[in-house]
Amino acid sequence: MKTASRILGTAFFLEGFEVQDAPRYGAERRGAPISAYVRASHQEIKERGIIRDPGLVIVADETLVPMPAACVMQGVGAQTLLLIHSLENPQVWRDRLNLQGTVLTLPSAGETADPMAWRCIGAACAAAAARLVGVISRDSLGSALEQELAGLKAALMEENLGRAHWAYDLMEPEQGRVVSGRLLPTGPFSSPEWVDLQYEEARVSAPAIHAAMTSEQVQTGLWRTRRPVIDSGHCKRCWWLCSTYCPDGAIKVDEAGLPEIDYAHCKGCMVCVAQCPNHAIEVIPERSVSRTAVAGKDS
Amino acid sequence: MRVMLTGNGAAAWGARLAGVEYLPAFPITPQTEIIETIANWIDYGEFDCRVVMLDSEHSMITAAGAAATTGVRTFTATSSQGLLYGMEMLYTVAGWRAPFVLVNVSRGLASPITLEPDHNDILAARDCGFLQLHCATCQEVLDSILLAFRLTEDNRVRLPAIVNLDGFYLSFTREPVQLPSEQQVAGFLPPFDPQNQGFRAGAPFSQAVAVLGGSAYSYFRYQCHLAALNAEQAFSESAALFSEAFGRSYQAVESYRCDDAEVVFVMMGSFATKAKAAVDQLRAAGQAVGLVRPLLLRPFPVKAFGRALAGKRGVAVIDQNLSPGYGGILHAELAANLYGHSGSKPVLVSFIGGLGGRDISSEEFFEMAKITRQAVADGSAPPPRLLYTGDELREMKKWQAIALQQSGRGDQT
Repeated sequence: MKTASRILGTAFFLEGFEVQDAPRYGAERRGAPISAYVRASHQEIKERGIIRDPGLVIVADETLVPMPAACVMQGVGAQTLLLIHSLENPQVWRDRLNLQGTVLTLPSAGETADPMAWRCIGAACAAAAARLVGVISRDSLGSALEQELAGLKAALMEENLGRAHWAYDLMEPEQGRVVSGRLLPTGPFSSPEWVDLQYEEARVSAPAIHAAMTSEQVQTGLWRTRRPVIDSGHCKRCWWLCSTYCPDGAIKVDEAGLPEIDYAHCKGCMVCVAQCPNHAIEVIPERSVSRTAVAGKDS
Repeated sequence: MRVMLTGNGAAAWGARLAGVEYLPAFPITPQTEIIETIANWIDYGEFDCRVVMLDSEHSMITAAGAAATTGVRTFTATSSQGLLYGMEMLYTVAGWRAPFVLVNVSRGLASPITLEPDHNDILAARDCGFLQLHCATCQEVLDSILLAFRLTEDNRVRLPAIVNLDGFYLSFTREPVQLPSEQQVAGFLPPFDPQNQGFRAGAPFSQAVAVLGGSAYSYFRYQCHLAALNAEQAFSESAALFSEAFGRSYQAVESYRCDDAEVVFVMMGSFATKAKAAVDQLRAAGQAVGLVRPLLLRPFPVKAFGRALAGKRGVAVIDQNLSPGYGGILHAELAANLYGHSGSKPVLVSFIGGLGGRDISSEEFFEMAKITRQAVADGSAPPPRLLYTGDELREMKKWQAIALQQSGRGDQT
């Protein structure tokens, strides 16, 4: 998503806009949620950081929507166009999230069968955005892609360009749907609800965690894009290799020696897949299983 | 050439264009990208500089000071915990009168540990003898590094300098930056002339002697102070040359839409551009509000602040820092600066905001202007105000409920 924001930012810049693009990291780990902001204007941009009233929000991974730390819905209002990379119907998302504004989806054919299709999602999102804002030509998009993806091998570059142009074409009917934001009204404004912070004793106000196992409440399983699945038919019950190598302690072995993966906390690093001497752990795209899980939570 | 650069990228370009020869380093988020960028240029043969990874910021600052006193143009960068880990050496190398530039990428200090910015790290280094420049945009990061090298190598000054940029809001944020050519920079920043400094094995000298008894110590420390004071004049001269060379003008204290302003915000760092956006909106609504922002914080630009605040009736000082037991550090400095001068003084209202990168909304700027106008009408300032909402407190209480549950300890009396 950082790369997507840079592609979009550079494309705006090549079109003569003043631009600001910025990623926002939380946990600096592969798979952890990440978001990025792009601002573009014909005037000098003085605002910074969080965009409070976005004209366009793009969600590359639909499983992030219910995850509070990802802040996907932050600032989404009636003026926001929401584009979700999803095989669902846009109306499903509009109902699920109770949205007034426009919702579009960026489908990707064949993706459930091919987990590697994910690797060009950033380019596709940036290209879709470029069409939706309506002021970025195909040439500028192409130059931006080549600039920001420079260093990729030729085949991967081709694949990215292909996906980007596919998304750019797909969004043609929606060209220019994203409208410029306005300055906030300069008349009456609602005062912030500031509070006077009161003294609390250090046993409460020092940053200590007394409760045990609170990290269990952080569902790092949502970081996964691919899921390891143990084939009990091929598992030789060695009862320790995968569970020992798992860096997150997310594999337990039962008394019969059969390992079980805790999908709420498995981050999808695939170390277990690499270590299993019997090749009994297969990899499937997370999307093929988790769509139902997400739907189950929200609908 | 105008290009998209992050604040970290702009810092790396500043060092490259200044032709730094030695760069001792130690990684820390959000600064690491500066060193990575420069190391990458060296790998690809685009830039010639010696980068050495040290074991800590303490060693890194020692190495930078030692190199600078041998007459080598030296650059280094750190952030937050790293700056404080090297604190002993900040004082020490300033006392050596070692001229080099250190970039600090501001990040809130532990505890609790965090990643996003406020200014307690850089302000902890306020009194060490380094000059301090506080940047608000990525362009200013590049330009301030060039300015800082001129200042630090100026014979009237010869003190090290810190160029500060905010983590995330500048470090990882790309903006269009005008990249000067090497020839343009060469005209503004000639090669480092160390004069009587330099190191030859045949002519050894002792750096940083010990003194006992306060009088010799007083002499040396006060010389640092006098040198720092000289930097205000040196800054004006360098900024004038900079403007001629690059067409961009910098003031030690920037005044934005202040001419007829009754009320001004005072802020430093990248959040000041958010204040500018709020000023534009308030102006559109017919309110005479401006922004005053120190680019140079050490030396404290006494005269420039005096001019910027002359005739203002209310000043909202927004400190992105906190001195526990006092409050906002910039507020204290401004109050000290205004006291003891004749003439009417503005009412100073203190706000603490943006700690650990906490956002400041437009409405909060509007409210601060409103409160400051009320303070002018009342003739007295309300108590300092932390920018913190009921929603934020409710969220905090939720986290505390999770963190303290079933501890037993929380229930002890």
